[in-house]
Amino acid sequence: MQISARRHDKTTIFDVSGDIDFANSPEVRQSVLREIREIRASRVVMNLSQVRYIDSSGVASLIEGLKASRDLGSRFILIGLSAPAREVLQLSRLIKVFEIYDNEEQALAT
Amino acid sequence: MSRMKTFPLPTESNDQEQKSGHRGCLLLMLALYSNPKWLSVVRGTVERLTETLGFPAVQVRSITRAVDEALTNIVRHSYGNRPDQPIAMYFRKTQRGHDGAVQQGLEILLCDQGSAVDMNKLRGRPLKQIRPGGLGLHWIRQAMDTVEFTRKGPTNQLRLVKYLTRTSNTP
Repeated sequence: MQISARRHDKTTIFDVSGDIDFANSPEVRQSVLREIREIRASRVVMNLSQVRYIDSSGVASLIEGLKASRDLGSRFILIGLSAPAREVLQLSRLIKVFEIYDNEEQALAT
Repeated sequence: MSRMKTFPLPTESNDQEQKSGHRGCLLLMLALYSNPKWLSVVRGTVERLTETLGFPAVQVRSITRAVDEALTNIVRHSYGNRPDQPIAMYFRKTQRGHDGAVQQGLEILLCDQGSAVDMNKLRGRPLKQIRPGGLGLHWIRQAMDTVEFTRKGPTNQLRLVKYLTRTSNTP
């Protein structure tokens, strides 16, 4: 799994690729929560287009990001859901809980 | 690694399905330590195995996900995140009579020697609750036809079974 951050003004975009599982989801969680709570980004965007697999701990990290952003009045957005990422969010009935866009342009335009 | 540990052997099941069903031959056995870095290796193995046995793509993904979540639960809850504890996995053919036909299937046993699992924690959580945690068990139950946990002596055993829907396939 690889995760990298790009910052534009008060927006942070995380590009995540590979498998998010119990071995590396703590890194995702830590990166996301730091951006929301410490950097105080007003909008955190997770680009999941290159995610091949995501387990329940990875989904839990996304839920934590969502909750932390709600607590601080910021936005937590998912973009470009890969088929595996979409499948687990649907299985978990979370697909309508998150703010989701097809791509970065759409997310930044809102 | 200082000393090779003893990997747990499967315990015999007492459930009715097992008595009436047919226990087939061992297809594959994996012995690994409880380090999360091996999760991806197991996923790759289960994907290839279930593909080879003829499971459709959606079930290949769901069975792989179920095994991955079960293994993660062992690492987290049974072994408390200690990375050097033994886990053994046995993949066997199985079959049952279903609607007048023989239905072939795959039985997966995950064995560990960690602490006893609190059965109350095996319930998962209602999906309508939006909070982290508890999803893995839902995915396991959604994916598999049988999910059976037993503890005998020092061994925890999780038995997962998935049957092929097409009776013509022979795993």
